[in-house]
Amino acid sequence: MANYNTMELMICTAARELEDGSSVGVGTGAPCAAAMLAQKTKSPNLVILFEAGGAAPLIPEMPISVGDSRTTWKALMAASMAEIMETACRGQLDYTFLGGAQIDMYGNLNSTRIGNDHQKPKVRFPGSGGANDFGSFCWRMMVMTPQDPKRFTEKCSYVTTPGWLEGGDSRSKSGLPLGAGPYKIITNMAVMDFEPASKRMRIIAVNPGYSEKDVQDNCGFELLKAAKIVENAGPSETELSILRDQIDPYRYVIGR
Amino acid sequence: MDVIEQGVGRIFTDPDADKAREFFRHKSRALVSKLTTVKEAVETLVKDGDYVSIGGFGVNRIPAAVLHEIVRQGKKNLGLAGHTATHDFQILASGKCFSKVDAAYIIGLEARGLSPNARQYMESGEVEVSEWTNYTLAVRYKAACAGVSFHPIRNMMGTDTFKYSGAKKVKCPFTGTNYALVPALYSDVGLIHVHEADMYGNCRTKGILMSDYDIARSSKKLIVTCERLITNDEIRRDPTSTFIPYWCVDALVEVPYGCYPGNMYGEYFSDEDHLREWLKVEKDPEEFKAFLDKNIYGVKDHFEYIERNGGIAKMQRLRQKEWLFVGARA
Repeated sequence: MANYNTMELMICTAARELEDGSSVGVGTGAPCAAAMLAQKTKSPNLVILFEAGGAAPLIPEMPISVGDSRTTWKALMAASMAEIMETACRGQLDYTFLGGAQIDMYGNLNSTRIGNDHQKPKVRFPGSGGANDFGSFCWRMMVMTPQDPKRFTEKCSYVTTPGWLEGGDSRSKSGLPLGAGPYKIITNMAVMDFEPASKRMRIIAVNPGYSEKDVQDNCGFELLKAAKIVENAGPSETELSILRDQIDPYRYVIGR
Repeated sequence: MDVIEQGVGRIFTDPDADKAREFFRHKSRALVSKLTTVKEAVETLVKDGDYVSIGGFGVNRIPAAVLHEIVRQGKKNLGLAGHTATHDFQILASGKCFSKVDAAYIIGLEARGLSPNARQYMESGEVEVSEWTNYTLAVRYKAACAGVSFHPIRNMMGTDTFKYSGAKKVKCPFTGTNYALVPALYSDVGLIHVHEADMYGNCRTKGILMSDYDIARSSKKLIVTCERLITNDEIRRDPTSTFIPYWCVDALVEVPYGCYPGNMYGEYFSDEDHLREWLKVEKDPEEFKAFLDKNIYGVKDHFEYIERNGGIAKMQRLRQKEWLFVGARA
């Protein structure tokens, strides 16, 4: 029996991707927890940026808004939205974490609507917010999400934020900045990347307790498989204790 | 520059820079007191059908007192910049005050969840919507500030966000690279809450600026509320701190706790219990109606609203919470 839950596993997996000296644009919730964990473990010089203007804070507790006071607690700079976004536009933002109601095999994300009538949608979601911006400009976009076949869909009913668009070189041809795009998809079951030529989603690691079949069965499209699929390491005792005791003691995120 | 592709979203405001220059040419530069009341500012400066931009970031440093007054006065058919809009959007949706939205972020309250009422309003077909992103709305303000009619960006292309926007795709005449152009956004009215201002409207704030620097300059009329009035001498002692000059400001009101239930940097944290209550009562039309009567329609001003939700004792707790003082979390 594992001594951690899937949210804790996803956060620890994501945190390990953020190397020291890099920069990450985050929102509230799990992405923020991952950035805080990275900063308190292997990446003390991780630069955390919030789209509303918070730059390089020493976050004291989980922010509830990407613009609340926690995002500038002992920060290096209290900036503007344009300043943070332009940092990404110039090419100085390495990572971001995004999410959505739907994701397809090229990592395109839907956080806007379900249904075809744009002026009278079946279900309305918040929209892009800063997602289309970060997803276009940050070098490596990652997604942390529970895996189910409805969310991992053949075709998003609306593409809010670009992944690799239609795959291949379609993203670079569109006019979006060259070299940036989806990097890793971290779920409760697996870690996926994107095959370099086709830009299709590919399993590279499965989490403890899950098989490749579980992952495919919970995905609405066919996943590619890496030549060697490894088992993803579970959270270490150190990671878990920092996450539970220092980062999210009230279990706002890890209790979900 | 030939247009290669364009979105189908309607552009709700006129991006013409010469028309805007003509307007700003005649906007008063007189150094006179702008002091008024929230009630009067909304009565005289916000007209049905106006396009409104709101400062702050959803719940953080928002002009809550002014937003409540807009609902109380029953303003209708406003256009709205849904730029980082959360509780501000929720307040105006409660009065069905707007019928056109430039959507970047709407109906949600970030980690708190989605507003059932705002969501239902946006799914009803009563509101016309064009899609943008937080950054693209921010640069639409920047274009307006600079007196030009568009701003180039490198995102949105290839997505439905572009398709349902009013952006146009062109080739850069220098490099041949594709760009999306977004139109300047001149709002009829800007609404901003700040920390300090003098009676003429010279403003200071603390913490992050969000897009307020640009909203203040690109709005034709600007209503500012401040936590406290300061003297003009104090402004002149430290001009580095002024971020909005008086010639942008049409009305100024001192409203302590004017962002409540939002988070005001260095002053008070957001009232999460009250925000949770908003989300809860919206699930039941009767409960929601009673809630709005209690908190908006049945009160005369922001002070009475605060009195009904814990008064000065609540404000003290939120101040302690803002500063992370021990024991203040609950």
